[in-house]
Amino acid sequence: MRNPLSKTIEEIKPSGIRKFFDIVSEMKDAISLGVGEPDFDTPWHIREEGIYSLEKGRTFYTSNAGLKELKIEICRYLKRRFDLEYNYEDETLVTVGGSEAIDAAMRVMIDPGDEVLIPEPCYVSYLPCVQLAYGVPVGIPLQEKNQFKLTKQEVLDNITEKTKILVLPFPNNPTGAVMTKEDLQEIAEVCVEKDIFVLSDEIYAELTYGQRHTSIASLPGMRERTIVINGFSKSYAMTGWRLGYATGPSEIIKQMIKVHQFAIMCAPTTSQYAAIEALRNGDADVERMSTAYDQRRRFLVESFKRMGLECFEPFGAFYVFPSIQKFGMSSEEFATRLLQEQKVAVVPGTAFGDSGEGFLRISYAYSIDNLKIALVRIEEFIKTLEK
Amino acid sequence: MKEKILNAIAKNSKISKEDLAIMLGYDEIRIEQEIKEMEEEGIICGYPTLINWDNVNCEKVTALIEVKVTPQRGQGFEKIAERIYKFDEVETVYLMSGGFDLTVMIVGKNMQEISNFVWNKLAPLESVTSTATYFVLKKYKEHGLALVNGVSEDERMLITP
Ligand SMILES: Cc1ncc(COP(=O)(O)O)c(C=O)c1O
Repeated sequence: MRNPLSKTIEEIKPSGIRKFFDIVSEMKDAISLGVGEPDFDTPWHIREEGIYSLEKGRTFYTSNAGLKELKIEICRYLKRRFDLEYNYEDETLVTVGGSEAIDAAMRVMIDPGDEVLIPEPCYVSYLPCVQLAYGVPVGIPLQEKNQFKLTKQEVLDNITEKTKILVLPFPNNPTGAVMTKEDLQEIAEVCVEKDIFVLSDEIYAELTYGQRHTSIASLPGMRERTIVINGFSKSYAMTGWRLGYATGPSEIIKQMIKVHQFAIMCAPTTSQYAAIEALRNGDADVERMSTAYDQRRRFLVESFKRMGLECFEPFGAFYVFPSIQKFGMSSEEFATRLLQEQKVAVVPGTAFGDSGEGFLRISYAYSIDNLKIALVRIEEFIKTLEK
Repeated sequence: MKEKILNAIAKNSKISKEDLAIMLGYDEIRIEQEIKEMEEEGIICGYPTLINWDNVNCEKVTALIEVKVTPQRGQGFEKIAERIYKFDEVETVYLMSGGFDLTVMIVGKNMQEISNFVWNKLAPLESVTSTATYFVLKKYKEHGLALVNGVSEDERMLITP
């Protein structure tokens, strides 16, 4: 029999997170600081709107790009929060999570052999999506000394004739790093000068602490070369609803609609109705949840400092990314032993790219009480290492 | 800063000053001062515990009473409200707009005790013109917290990207 599989898929490595997940799920009564999703339930008024749409029998397909009312609200929201101007008619696409938007964007922009710059450590899906689109992923290892921000020099060092897209994953999962307006300005200049497109994954845009998120698309010359990815998963605690969106120049969005139309048809209808409510009346919820994350963030950073776990202060998302280099073992070894000896699950930095070696991703999408229990155990573990 | 502290302790008065300091990013001594000040200014009036008495093996009945009164010359509702809220059995007194004047919530061992209170203490007060008593059958939510059994479980997968 012939090999049923394509070379492309065989080249794609299974997710490093998956491997660790399998180990953890064997473990009874482990406590986890390993999740990448909010601990809050979706605010009730949003869930209620979803229920209402079901009661009303709104169980049909919507138009491919999404409900008109939802697209209008998305554009209003982006204007209100990030000063981004898009029209809902041909510059906005509602997708099955930010995930689908990332995939669709890669597929419509990449020709075989085109290079895509991916700052690492980063979320797990950019690299395989580039590969599935026959592109060539080029990792840029970010440095802790730069607080895991992307610098102009790092971009310049990795640009070749073939470079077409730069992925800009900030606020960052797993490091919690953010890029300020000034930081972004430098990157924007390079992109304009070298004629590079940007895929800006802003799914954590609402979760920044002590500063507001700036979208690179709001900088001069960038709107026409940026696809902005966002969604409801993190900001409104709606991961299971599977709803996100992409906005950008109509030339690109129109083609993404094509991919979406044939691969997906339309995003879930119930979720779309709920999302309209989220955008219209959810500002207070976002504020409430991000205040809670901020408090937990301070709590973790402070506790790690106290127990001698080095950790730069993250200003976004809901992760801290402490360094474990001084213990002389790999991230995976540290995470595995922490799990076996103290039953605390965290994710090794290497699950997010080789440059995550020496770090752990610790999520604070947990109540302070849960964090406290886990911290006692982590401290206990560190003490045994220092003996 | 006061408002931040209040928001944090409103749902959890047990939180330690130390944790509060870290979570809000102020130093502990300042937090302590602010809280003391707010206690003195009558902003923070107490730290009661939210108890679901339905789950305790002891009898308790709550009633909500709508009270109509004739306000007294020169004193409005203050005097009569005070005469009512000073009774130990009375948990809550609100002055209302609309069809009646005061909402009075009282707690007793049983219905008998509550009707005794209404008949012997509340109704005979000179300025009280009428009362309507409603017994609470079940409490679902108080102080913004649902009175549900146990802690809800974390159903998320242990590790997600
Ligand atoms: C950086 C980043 N981008 C995108 C996603 C995908 O989110 P969703 O598909 O739920 O919108 C995630 C989820 O963890 C993420 O962390």
